[in-house]
Amino acid sequence: MKEDLGSQAYWKETLKLLRNVLILWFLVSFGAGILFVDFFNQFHLGGYPLGFWFAHQGSMYFFVVQIFYYAWRMNNLDIKFDVHED
Amino acid sequence: MDLQTTIYVMVGLSFSLYIGIAIWARAGSTSEFYSAGGSVHPVLNGMATGADWMSAASFISMAGLIANMGYGGGLFLMGWTGGYVLLAMLLAPYLRKFGKFTVPQFIGDRFYSKGASMVAVVCLLTASLTYIIGQMTGVGVAFSRFLGVSSEVGIYVGMGIVFLYAVFGGMKGITYTQVAQYVVLILAYTVPAVFISLQLTGNVLPQLGLGSMLTGSDVSLLAKLDSVVTDLGFGKYTTTTAGSTLNMFVYTLSLMIGTAGLPHVIMRFFTVPTVKDARSSAGWALVFIAILYTTAPAVAAMAKLNLHSTVNTAVVKGGDLYAPEASIQAEGRPDWMKRWEKTGLLKFEDKNGDGRIQYYNDKSKNEAAVAKAAAAGWKGNELTVNADIIVLANPEIALLPNWVIGLVAAGGLAAALSTAAGLLMAISAAVSHDLIKNVFVPDISEKNELLAGKIAMAVAIVISGWLGLNPPGFAAGTVALAFGIAASSLFPAIMLGIFSKKMNKEGAIAGMLAGLFITLFYVFAHKGIFFIKGTDFLPLIGGANPFFGITPEAFGAIGALVNFCVASLVYRVTPATPSHIQAMVEAVRVPRGSKLVDGAH
Repeated sequence: MKEDLGSQAYWKETLKLLRNVLILWFLVSFGAGILFVDFFNQFHLGGYPLGFWFAHQGSMYFFVVQIFYYAWRMNNLDIKFDVHED
Repeated sequence: MDLQTTIYVMVGLSFSLYIGIAIWARAGSTSEFYSAGGSVHPVLNGMATGADWMSAASFISMAGLIANMGYGGGLFLMGWTGGYVLLAMLLAPYLRKFGKFTVPQFIGDRFYSKGASMVAVVCLLTASLTYIIGQMTGVGVAFSRFLGVSSEVGIYVGMGIVFLYAVFGGMKGITYTQVAQYVVLILAYTVPAVFISLQLTGNVLPQLGLGSMLTGSDVSLLAKLDSVVTDLGFGKYTTTTAGSTLNMFVYTLSLMIGTAGLPHVIMRFFTVPTVKDARSSAGWALVFIAILYTTAPAVAAMAKLNLHSTVNTAVVKGGDLYAPEASIQAEGRPDWMKRWEKTGLLKFEDKNGDGRIQYYNDKSKNEAAVAKAAAAGWKGNELTVNADIIVLANPEIALLPNWVIGLVAAGGLAAALSTAAGLLMAISAAVSHDLIKNVFVPDISEKNELLAGKIAMAVAIVISGWLGLNPPGFAAGTVALAFGIAASSLFPAIMLGIFSKKMNKEGAIAGMLAGLFITLFYVFAHKGIFFIKGTDFLPLIGGANPFFGITPEAFGAIGALVNFCVASLVYRVTPATPSHIQAMVEAVRVPRGSKLVDGAH
C-alpha cells in the first residue's frame, strides 16, 4: 500500500513537471513566435526583429534546453521516489 | 575537373563510405536491426536519429519554401523541432518501458484488441505512404539535376535506387551508416551556408549572419531583403504570415504532434537501452536536428537575396530596381540557370521581348509596385523558380567552388535515401508483421514474412513514385500532409493510452477512425482522392480552405482534436477497461523494471 502511494505521488510530480515545461514550450513558440509576434517585432536582436527571431531561431534553442532540463529533473524524481532502473 | 565530374566523384565517394561502413559494422556486430540502438552511445544514436528524421523535405525543400514564405515559413522550423519536446516527455520513456517494437503492437496490447491494432496499421500506412510521396518528389529533384535529366526521369531513377537501397542494401538499420549519412548531410548543408554567410555578412555562423549587417554597409541583411522584395511587389519577408495567424498556429501544432505520432520516429525510442536514455536521446537527436534547422532560415534568406541580386544588378549597386539596364540580359544569364532549365524546374520566358529577365511579383496587391512595373514596360514575371531547387542551386547561385556543389548533391541524396529507407522499413514491418502474421496468416514462415515485407516495399515505392510524378505540392508541403495524418490518428491514441488509465478500446478505435477520416476528407477534397489528379471535390465542401481558412496541410491539429473528443465521448458509454490493463498502464508510468527489448518479436 505504501509503495502504491509512492508511485501515485511520483506520477503527480511528473505531471506537474510536464505541465511547467509545456507552458514554457507554448510560450516561446506559439506565444512569442506566432500569437504575439507583432508585439515582439518592435524589439530587435542585432538585425533580427525579435518576434521573427523567436519563430526562426529562438524557439528551437529553447526546445533543446527544455528536453535536457526535463530529462535531468525526471532522473532526480526517479531517485527521489526510488523508482529508477537498477 | 568540370562540375559534372566533380558531382559524380562526391556522390560516389559518399556512397562508398556508407557501403564500406555497412560492411565493417556488419562484421563487427551481428546485432540486427531491432536492437541496433542497444550498444550505441546516446550521442551517436542521436546523430543516427537525425539522419533518419531529416529527409528530402528538410534538406532539399524546406529552405526553399521558407524563402518563398518568409516569416510564415517558421512554422516548419518550430513544428518539426517542437514535436521532439512532446515526444521526449509524453511518449518516448513510456513506450520504451512498454517494451514493444511497433506502434500497432503497442496500440493492440494497450487497447486489448486486434481491431485497434489493425486500425493503427491503416493509419500508419496512410501516413507513411504520403510521406514517401514527398520524398519521391525530392528524390526526383536531386536526381534530375545530378543526371541532367527532367524531373520525371529523375523520379524513375530514384525509384530504382531507393528500391535497391531498401530491399537489397545492408544499410537498413545499421546505426553507424546513418551516423555517416548524418555527417555528410550536415556538412553538405552547413558548408555552403558558412561560405555564403561570410560573403554577405563576414560572419562565420549563418545563425548570426542572418541577424547581421551586410558587408560594407550599415543595413542589416533582413532589412535589405525586406526592402528589395517589397519593392518588387512580394510580401515583406520578416512579417508575411502563412495564410492567417490561426492557420499558422494550427499548422505548427499539426507538425508538432505529427512528429510525435510518426511511426518511424517513434520506433527508434523503443530500442534505446533504458528509460533514462529514452529521455535524453530525444534531446541529443534534437541537438543534431537543430544544427540544420537553425541554419535553414539563413540559407533561405541568403539564397533569396542572392537570387534577386543575380537577376537584378540594382540590388547590389543600389538605385532603381525597375531601371531597364538593371535586369540582366537573358543571353548573359549565368550557367547555373541554363543547367537547371534542363530539369524543367526553372523556366525563363521573355514576355515583353526586351531580351532581359524581369523577376518580380506580377500578381502583387502593392499598387506602387504594380504601377512601377507597368511604367517600366514589364509584361509579367519572366522567371519561374521551383521552391524545391533553392537548396541544391544555392551554392551555384553564390558561385561557390565545384566541390561544394558536389557535396550538396551528395547530401541531398543521403537525406532522401536514408529517410525513404526508414519509412519503407516501417511499412514493411506493418504489413508483414502487424497485418499478415498477427491477423491473417499467424503460422506464416519467417522466410515468407520477410518476402511479404519486401513485396510491400516494392508496391509502396511504385505507388509513391507514380503519385510523386504529379505531387500534391512541394516536397515539404506533401510531407506536412503526412504529419497531419499521423497527428490526427496515431498521436491521440498513444497519448490517451499512457495518460488515461480508463480509455478503452471502443474509445480509441472510434477516435482514430474519426480523426483519420475527417483529416483525409479535408485533404482529399483539396488534393484529390488518394492524391489522384482530378478527383478533388472542393465544390462539395464550399471552396478552398472552408474551415476558418485552414489549409489542408494544417488540418491535422483539428483532426487530432476531433479524435480526442470522439474518444472521450465513446468511452463514457461503452464497457470499462479491464483492471489488468489499468494495472499495466500504472506499471508503464514508472521506469523501474524495464527490460531490454530483445531481437524476437
